[in-house]
Amino acid sequence: MTVQTVDDKSINENWEPKIIAFLCNWCSYAGADLAGVSRIQYPPNIRIVRVPCSGRINPNFIIKSLTDGWDGVLVSGCHPGDCHYISGNLVARRRFAILNELLEFFGIEPGRVNFMWASAAEGERFANLIKKVTKIIKELGPNTKFKKKWC
Amino acid sequence: MEKVGAVLIVGAGIGGSQAALDLAESGYKAYLIESTTSIGGVMAQLDKTFPTNDCAICIVSPKLVEAGRHPNIDIKINAVIDSFSGEPGNFTANITEKTLYIDMEKCTGCGVCGQECPVEAIDVFNEGLSLKGATSVKYPQAVPLVFAIDRDYCIGCGICKGVCKAKAIDYDLEDKKSELKVGAVILSLGFDEFEPNNMKHYGYGIYDNVVTSIQFERILSASGPFSGKVLRPSDGSTPSKVAFLHCVGSRDPKFGQEYCSSVCCMYTCKEAVIAKEHMEGLEPTIFSMDIRAYGKDFDKYIERAQNEYGVRYIRSRISSITEIPETKDLKLSYEDEKGRVIQEIYNMVILGVGLNPPKDAKYIAEKFGVELNEYGFINAKPLSPVETSRPGVFVCGACSSPKDIPETVIEASGAAGKVNEILSPVRDTLVTKKEYPNEIDISGKEPRVGVFVCHCGINIGGYVDVPEVMKYARTLPNVVLADMNLYTCSADTQTLIKDKIKEFNINRVIVASCTPRTHEPLFQETIREAGLNRFLFQMTNIRDQCSWVHMHQPEEATEKAKDLVRMAVAKSRINEALETFELKVTPIALIIGGGVAGMTAALNFANQGFQAYIIEKEKQLGGFALKIYETLEGDNIQEFIQDLIKKVNSEEKIQVFLEANIEVIDGYVGNFISTVNYGPNKTSTQLDHGVVLVATGGNEYKPKEYLYGEVPNIITQQELEEKLFTSSEIQKKKSIVMIQCVGSRNDEHPYCSRTCCAEAIKNALNIKKKNPEAEVVILFRDIRTYGFKEKYYRKARENGVLFIRFDKEKPPQISKENENLKVSIESQKMGKITLNSDLIVLSSGIVAPAEGNEVLAKMVKVPLNEDKFFLEAHVKLRPVDFATEGIFLCGTAHGPATISESIAQANSAVSRATTILSKETLLIGGAVSVVDKDICTGCKICVRICPFNAIVKDEEGYAYVQEALCKGCGLCSASCPEKAITTKHFTNEQILSEIYALGGKEVI
Repeated sequence: MTVQTVDDKSINENWEPKIIAFLCNWCSYAGADLAGVSRIQYPPNIRIVRVPCSGRINPNFIIKSLTDGWDGVLVSGCHPGDCHYISGNLVARRRFAILNELLEFFGIEPGRVNFMWASAAEGERFANLIKKVTKIIKELGPNTKFKKKWC
Repeated sequence: MEKVGAVLIVGAGIGGSQAALDLAESGYKAYLIESTTSIGGVMAQLDKTFPTNDCAICIVSPKLVEAGRHPNIDIKINAVIDSFSGEPGNFTANITEKTLYIDMEKCTGCGVCGQECPVEAIDVFNEGLSLKGATSVKYPQAVPLVFAIDRDYCIGCGICKGVCKAKAIDYDLEDKKSELKVGAVILSLGFDEFEPNNMKHYGYGIYDNVVTSIQFERILSASGPFSGKVLRPSDGSTPSKVAFLHCVGSRDPKFGQEYCSSVCCMYTCKEAVIAKEHMEGLEPTIFSMDIRAYGKDFDKYIERAQNEYGVRYIRSRISSITEIPETKDLKLSYEDEKGRVIQEIYNMVILGVGLNPPKDAKYIAEKFGVELNEYGFINAKPLSPVETSRPGVFVCGACSSPKDIPETVIEASGAAGKVNEILSPVRDTLVTKKEYPNEIDISGKEPRVGVFVCHCGINIGGYVDVPEVMKYARTLPNVVLADMNLYTCSADTQTLIKDKIKEFNINRVIVASCTPRTHEPLFQETIREAGLNRFLFQMTNIRDQCSWVHMHQPEEATEKAKDLVRMAVAKSRINEALETFELKVTPIALIIGGGVAGMTAALNFANQGFQAYIIEKEKQLGGFALKIYETLEGDNIQEFIQDLIKKVNSEEKIQVFLEANIEVIDGYVGNFISTVNYGPNKTSTQLDHGVVLVATGGNEYKPKEYLYGEVPNIITQQELEEKLFTSSEIQKKKSIVMIQCVGSRNDEHPYCSRTCCAEAIKNALNIKKKNPEAEVVILFRDIRTYGFKEKYYRKARENGVLFIRFDKEKPPQISKENENLKVSIESQKMGKITLNSDLIVLSSGIVAPAEGNEVLAKMVKVPLNEDKFFLEAHVKLRPVDFATEGIFLCGTAHGPATISESIAQANSAVSRATTILSKETLLIGGAVSVVDKDICTGCKICVRICPFNAIVKDEEGYAYVQEALCKGCGLCSASCPEKAITTKHFTNEQILSEIYALGGKEVI
């Protein structure tokens, strides 16, 4: 297993962030599908993890993503009111509001972890979200604050 | 003649699809016939739906996908009915499926043909606002996702045939004729929008910036012609002042139809709100005569639109529109309530077009031998709302009268409920039960992963280096086979996958191709046929997430595909086989409430052969309807209700408990146990049942205002009706004043009671019939005679009933001088006026039995809305279901409803319940949550947070997941502070494995 040190990455001008995106199955994942079907181009930096509901996402997943070296995290669920599981996205919203404050307290830069909504009809919005998040994280640079140095 | 356990459903919009799903789940074969090339109808075209602003495609597409892949539903697209004959229980229909020139079996929906098509033909789905190729699919999320060639535009160049790797295109493909044997028919043709071409005074088709509401709906849609931006068709600029016109083609016998289209008041409001959300700074104005927000929570929506979104309402009908040629702006002139003529300039005008009967209604009616009504809709009577004039042929949705989505869904299930009554003896005769090999036990075995990478023709292979991805997959741990296919979803590849599973002893399968949302069930089925548990399948999407969205970055797309495969392998290695269990179902229904809804439901259950219990709190059956004598349309309700009571009492399968209340309801779907106390002595008994129907009804509001109870000459509409039918007292009255919205649409009861306008008009017409000399004045805020009820509003005015409007802030004042009653009112048009009256009638609204509902709601763990009516699982698509499985609602328990609507809802709830009762066992388990009792501290966070009330505390105080109710959303496992809950198939370890697959940590 190769280990890159943080400095290796930041000196590389061609550095591309790797962003993990947790998408709910019913709206946001479907929105990503629609972006695909509509051939809307966006930066290739995200890797999608499909979950049943944004409410399934434990704050621990986000923390672990950061400690494990992902440069950015995106969580996207259904718009309020659209949740396939009635209220899952609202629980997620409350949960992440608290987590956001906690992350800030830890010194995680705002923008490294992003929460948003995208519906199954919003392929273009989804692509725009990815463009935006990728840009923000590129500007922030590699994730150094939280990353564990494993070896 | 022998009955046939199949049903023909004509029209595959939301109504047809819902009916098909209900029937398919109740043991019948459903043929779903659609005249266009995909199912979904108008709802799939909508951007958002009122009153929740739900995204239409988000909520409808899972239902369409379910219909598309249901083994008991056979979808026939691009089809027409040639002939129809037979009798109830045994009909024959001949149909023709017109050729698409594309082989449905082979087409994968990849869309290369559509991209390559050189001919730009008009896009019907986007209402003529954008262009697409002659080879096209109706919309990107279409079910079935097959393309069709429009030969009217096709020039036969053959390019599409050349690029189609699946070899699906065949110009010589011919129409396919077939004969279908069915036991019943449901007509769900939907509607056509009114086309305002003849309304020259509105300039539709002449002025660029005058569009119809359905065109505007596409403009608002994120997948529409302007990607959701509100732009003017003339120049693509952003409009700031936008006008919506109501009643275009409705309530207008001169240019359109006499009736009210029922939905326009709400959809224009919704469009105004959404437009404002999309474009800040937009100033929407709505011109309307009455605001007919008569549905559940509709008034609140209108109020929010006005107060929060600044939507401006003007009470007027626009007489004409003229265009200002230089700016293409539009000048509207109208008369305000004071009679002044006002002119205003708008950048864009949206015509709120009404609902017409579907264009093919006449053809279909002739073919099926059913009557049309005076307006050309399929005729259905108020007391049999889903039945046509021909027995065995049922109707639902907007083809019998204009209606919105929830009412369509209610009727769709209602029609399915009526079909159940006829065809229950032949249930399960035409559905095929598949036999599977025994599952291979993989416990304790080393994971052996097989990866299949798909080229998808050139869709993936053209941009992602598929061989490279395959080679990479071979380097990953536990991967024993990595292969690539031209189309992994094709039938021959399924055989290949099964062979490879055997050959390589594979116990985990990964397909890297398109989206699991459409294709996962197919591959799960394949591996199950090979003896592997369905949950040992893992899918990763390298088309929608790689090749299609990074077309210009093939290297990056390939790298990403490799990462996604790596993540999939990481998860797949720890995927587990999940067990499902069979749970026995008690085929008995418990119905709470013995009114029209409850009794209708009980009889339907009994006709199907199911037992039913009715729990009625009063000493007699009948409920609210006992006090109603006639409907607006003239049906005799007393006769109807007595007949219903007689039928219920003589039905062996129905057991009625009077003066009864429920003490406890225990258990869950399929297996409830209730304790009921009944009779004068409150005898206690225990009942086993599989479902619960809440049909608790509503009460008439007892007015606290307008001197009610203090003066004998002030009575309610219900009291007036009784007097009209039982005495001659009213005939002596000379001057009758009716006041609307008493106890409705105020601060205490902010909702519309829906029935009172019709009630007032019904009684006014009856008074006029008995004593034409009597003066009748109706004081109103909005007259809400939706649908065909509008006819009676017109008739009342023709018969001399006077209508005067008042504002909420300035209600009528009643004063009493000696024996004379005086009503004074401030009218916008006429100023302050005083009416002498010898009888004042208060149109008091319908209220929920708040206390009773609250007790019951807690007992069955279902929610109430702010007005104490029961809250359904989903306002649009699950109107008679609760989020908690096995519990349903119908009638006024849901909200104010007419008798006709209650009957439809009762049959609807029965149909939904039948999807459970008709099965001997329910399959539970799979991807559900489970609690580890050793870790659980009994904190109850999960119990509170579960949206489906699936988690309860066991005797020892630990949380326990009732698998029959769990949907596997994972809210509980993410919330548990002790990590005591595992959501199977999406366990913490499995999700973390995907995270770690690319992070710095070891893993794979």
